[in-house]
Amino acid sequence: MTGSIPKIRLRGLSKAFGEKRVLDGVDLDIRAGHGMVILGGSGSGKSVTIKCILGLIAPDAGTIEVDGRDILAMPRREREELNDRIGMLFQNGALFDSLPVWENVCFKLLAQKRITRAKARDKAAEVLAQVGLAASVGDLSPSELSGGMQKRVGLARAIAAQPDIIFFDEPTTGLDPIMGAVIDGLIVDVVKRLGATAVSITHDMASARRIGDDAAMLHKGRIVWTGAASALGDTGNAMVDQFARGDREGPIQMELRR
Amino acid sequence: MLNPIAAVGRAVLDACRTVGTLALFALEGLSHLLRPPFYSRLFLKHLVEIAYFSLPVVSLTALFTGMVLALQSYTGFARFNAEGAVANVVVLSITRELGPVIASLMVAGRIGASFAAEIGTMRVTDQIDALTTLSTNPMKYLVTPRLLAGVLALPFLVAVADILGVMGGWLIGTTKLGFNSAGYLKATMDFLQVMDVASGLVKAAVFGFIITLMGCWCGYNSRGGAQGVGAATTTAVVASSILILAFDYILTEMFFAR
Repeated sequence: MTGSIPKIRLRGLSKAFGEKRVLDGVDLDIRAGHGMVILGGSGSGKSVTIKCILGLIAPDAGTIEVDGRDILAMPRREREELNDRIGMLFQNGALFDSLPVWENVCFKLLAQKRITRAKARDKAAEVLAQVGLAASVGDLSPSELSGGMQKRVGLARAIAAQPDIIFFDEPTTGLDPIMGAVIDGLIVDVVKRLGATAVSITHDMASARRIGDDAAMLHKGRIVWTGAASALGDTGNAMVDQFARGDREGPIQMELRR
Repeated sequence: MLNPIAAVGRAVLDACRTVGTLALFALEGLSHLLRPPFYSRLFLKHLVEIAYFSLPVVSLTALFTGMVLALQSYTGFARFNAEGAVANVVVLSITRELGPVIASLMVAGRIGASFAAEIGTMRVTDQIDALTTLSTNPMKYLVTPRLLAGVLALPFLVAVADILGVMGGWLIGTTKLGFNSAGYLKATMDFLQVMDVASGLVKAAVFGFIITLMGCWCGYNSRGGAQGVGAATTTAVVASSILILAFDYILTEMFFAR
């Protein structure tokens, strides 16, 4: 823990693709060891925000600090070392379909030669058990897994190297409500066990309340509200409440092309 | 209405931008040959994929090309009583031109398409982003081993194509055209020079680089789901085929122009 310094601090983060301004000065603090859920409609800039933090997209302006250090100004080697401490669960799993599950799970450890292939199998079995999968799943190909199992394997891959920051991109999208709750439960368990900081983006209100300590609402490239995730639906902010309840009428108007 | 001069200018700028980005992509791919870590397991996998699994298609193509060449040159040369030159024409044509070009075009269809489709699918399913979040440089992991494998595998395939192409000519020469077996082989060897074979093998290495580079580049830059991957695959094969023929002329000019 670093006292009052947030684990991740975004200031004035901006990004445009051509004429379209996706992020328009995002300011956000994410507390160490807590779960932050970023909410927002499709195209509101949620994915772009976490891709900027992960270094997958370069922002046009603004700063991103992790543990008080501006990661955009970091030398490449330090940035790579920071990435070693980060895990990511992609929306569709993004499992490598040319590799069996066990190699997917231990990919980072194998790529960095931190573990031998023989030991990686045992390690994969251990991590798969943490997400409720049998060791035998390790020998399957990702294409042989159901959607829920792919999410679990993606989660196992994200936590295998014991990161201290984990990102979750729509962790329950495409899952039935029960499986969604199971995945959320696993996320809460593993984040707690690792003592990690979790940043999730989601549309799913039930999921947001289950996995988040804090929540932030992104609308038209700006943070319009931050508060406790448990307050979602009754925040007093008309935009957030409309989004949480899924009301058609309210300050958020869907832009329809005619 | 579009200004035709502006349209030409845009096309020229686009072409310059494409050549520039392709050159930078190639340089970055090659630069990782000098910087660890090295993915030797992946390199061997791609070497086997290109060199071993392309053998049937390259062998059959070369064999039939040699057979057709013997038949055609015999028919043509018979018009001015030069049938005895068939063996010389077959071996020179195969080693200098047809072996490298036909083998490379076959490999472009098989491997260029396969690399573009595989890497393109990885792009549109976030697997390339996942590599970055797993502290693995996607260029080093996906591109460099393929480039090296292509440069080394094609000369091997062309050597096989040379042998089988000459064999095809010999087969037709001795069974159909009435040549004496020993005489045909002697005429083949008498006129063959080291430069004939060496130039073909150098061409093969260059063509191998072109095929793998275009496959990787088109896949890496694919966008827009299944349609984008399909377009990347088509572009990879068409572009590498045209570049093979263009570089064939350039290399022939370098080796043999007086």
